Amino acid sequence: MEPLRPSDYDDGAPERPIQQPTLGWVGFGRFMWRQLTSMRTALVLLLLLALASIPGSLVPQRSSDPNGVVQFRRDDQELFEILDALQLFDTFTSVWFSAIYLLLFISLVGCILPRTSHHLKALTSPPPDTPSRLERFEHYRKETAEGDPAELLETARETLASLGYRVKVEGTSVSGERGYLRETANLVFHFALVGILVGLALGTGFKYQGQRVLVEGQTFTNQLTSYDSFNPGRFFSDSSLEPYSLTLNSFTPTYQFDLTSGFANPLDFVADITLRDAEGARDLELRVNEPIDYAGTSVYLLGNGFAPWITVYSPSGDVVFSQPVAFLPQDSNLTSLGVVKIPDGLPTQLGMIGFFYPSAVALETGALTSVYPEPDQPVLTLNVFQGDLGLDEGIPRNVYSLDTDALTQVTGGDTGVDSLVMGLGERAEIPGGLGSVEFTELRRFVSVDVHRDPTQLPVAISAVFIMAGLIMTLFVTRRRAWIKITPGKKSQATLEFAVLARGEDPGLQSGLDDVVEAFSQSTKSRLSS
Amino acid sequence: MLDFAYLSLVGVYSAMAVYTLAFLAFTWDLATRSAKKPVPVMAGGGREAEAPAAPSTWGPFQRIGLTLSVFAWIIHLLATIGRGIAGNRVPWANMFEFGLTYTLLIVAVFLGTLFWKDLGYLGAYITGFVLLALGVVTVNFYVDVVPLPPALQSGWLVIHVFVASTATAFFALGAALSVLQLVRARYEANLMAKARIMNTLPGSSVMESLAYRLNVVGFVLWSFTLIAGAIWAERAWGRYWGWDVKEVWTFIIWVLFAGYIHARATRGWRGSRAAWLGIIGFGAVLFNYTVVNIAFTGLHSYSGL
Repeated sequence: MEPLRPSDYDDGAPERPIQQPTLGWVGFGRFMWRQLTSMRTALVLLLLLALASIPGSLVPQRSSDPNGVVQFRRDDQELFEILDALQLFDTFTSVWFSAIYLLLFISLVGCILPRTSHHLKALTSPPPDTPSRLERFEHYRKETAEGDPAELLETARETLASLGYRVKVEGTSVSGERGYLRETANLVFHFALVGILVGLALGTGFKYQGQRVLVEGQTFTNQLTSYDSFNPGRFFSDSSLEPYSLTLNSFTPTYQFDLTSGFANPLDFVADITLRDAEGARDLELRVNEPIDYAGTSVYLLGNGFAPWITVYSPSGDVVFSQPVAFLPQDSNLTSLGVVKIPDGLPTQLGMIGFFYPSAVALETGALTSVYPEPDQPVLTLNVFQGDLGLDEGIPRNVYSLDTDALTQVTGGDTGVDSLVMGLGERAEIPGGLGSVEFTELRRFVSVDVHRDPTQLPVAISAVFIMAGLIMTLFVTRRRAWIKITPGKKSQATLEFAVLARGEDPGLQSGLDDVVEAFSQSTKSRLSS
Repeated sequence: MLDFAYLSLVGVYSAMAVYTLAFLAFTWDLATRSAKKPVPVMAGGGREAEAPAAPSTWGPFQRIGLTLSVFAWIIHLLATIGRGIAGNRVPWANMFEFGLTYTLLIVAVFLGTLFWKDLGYLGAYITGFVLLALGVVTVNFYVDVVPLPPALQSGWLVIHVFVASTATAFFALGAALSVLQLVRARYEANLMAKARIMNTLPGSSVMESLAYRLNVVGFVLWSFTLIAGAIWAERAWGRYWGWDVKEVWTFIIWVLFAGYIHARATRGWRGSRAAWLGIIGFGAVLFNYTVVNIAFTGLHSYSGL
């Protein structure tokens, strides 16, 4: 049986007559369905899918580059609104992109389901009858041999069977077909694609992903309130969070200073972690490329930096703020930017924006810069602002940014007052008797991502089937072979061999040679043409 | 101690010099081909007609070109290995090194296919392309040897990038055959009757079939690249797929070649239209390697530029 294919499938054979559907409602529906599941539609949808993906690489995406989107909005508000209305910042979840791939998958399923049932029938059917005139085939060979026709027929059957053909003896000829795996693998490949899509869809529902900045000495407990940011799937519930905690004992980067370029190349980042669960505590090392896998979740090391411990004293000398503050790295030498907010304890609310330089060097302009990512000469500078920080309005604020519009600047900038500059352990007075700030201690932080995606395994299995199906469907050939035996004078018999390709089959001629060769081997007699 | 990075660079320049000579020899062969009698295989031009495997009909300049190519390739190989020794790692961790490796693989695949089919007429294209690519990577993409950053310290660097380079090599050959197929199809349609050089090439359907078989191998390797990349991305970035720009373009290329394979089995698309898709696919591969690496910002910013 032929593999079932859409009506416009082209395997290089001459065109078949087009079947005109009778157009009633049913006929029209059938016609549309046939259009949707045709090769041409699938092809056009594939090309559209490629085309529709391009904007996703030209415009920053909310999913992969949220900061880029914010920046885009800042740079060109007008264009941003137009592109945002077109969902170009969410290309891969947009209506138009989804429409293309959903149509493609409907087309795919509509194509492979009938093919599957057809193929299952083919798998249980015998090969087709032997054509009456084999000499009309392009790949044909005629030989004569000594022997009893019945024995030769049995040898012919064994020959084809041993070459992997499914055989049927029919009168004085043997008909064989092989390479059913080509269609099986093709269907497996396409079903596995559906598997990936289903896996992705379920994944967005069941996975969760949380971020947390962890300073040396801090402990993170896997519960919702511990995360700095958290993206749950639709079906997430608090009970999905495995109970465990992670303590960052220390973080150790290793750099190599490149004398020629003057840059420090990172060689290794190691976070020394203690994991605690109901069974006790374990010490683990967390590295880039080597996440900690625990109870269905994976913990990744995605970033690191410095967290200067900042202590703020009120004018009367009371401690009003004392904690490490993570400063976000801005360049490869870890010049870092951070924000401190002091809502209580001082005469006015204070906000501070500061830079931290692990190896500070003064430029000719007087500005500082860091020349090495290790803390050889740690310096902290702070610009102080006073006024209402807006923290009491109940609106969530980003802890890493300070909106200075409504604030009065006290140091730095145009105020004419120098920024606060502190070495490690130094203390600086805030002008105007507002208190003082101390750079108490220097710690490091890591940013870790915690992920859980239960569909990862099914998707991986689908990927394996995709590879296996692809290789087999592209390199296994579907082929038919026939051996016909015509008794002649005395004990001579005429043997006719023919093979026919079903689809792509560059090795057809050698396929014929193999059949003849195997036959002649098993008869142990030389065939004579 | 030997300065392997320097020796490697000297090797690259030497290989380029020999590739230039090979290119000239192949070009001279093409230029003088039309004077020769046509290869009989084109006469049928039938679907099953195959180019002969043995280069028995090779002209003297083609043989010179081939010998020089093999010589250049050996220098190229040594230069690439030298670069690997200099960095004490695989020589494909930045754009310069990746360029060295994939051009090496293009020539390797080309030389390898000669055992299988007579693709000698692609010699000028292959040596010309590799020469151009090597020129661009050494002049514009060269970077000093630096240790691998933690993000690249993974066994997947070895597998993922190497397979991607090999896929690129197969697509490069496939695209060359598709271009020739299109030109030859025009010749067969009597649109360019005076181009007698076309007579010395196999028929368009033969080249179409060869292009398909090379592109299909490329597609399998590309699928593997994509899956291996996803596995690595899961380990390194915490998700197997995140539509990073490089992921987007890897996907686009995969879909384009999936389209190519379907086009070849679609009435009205088989032949010239499918060939165009293969060429566009290879164009996307080159775009992915150059523009996406340099001009786009994403997680795959390892060009070192």
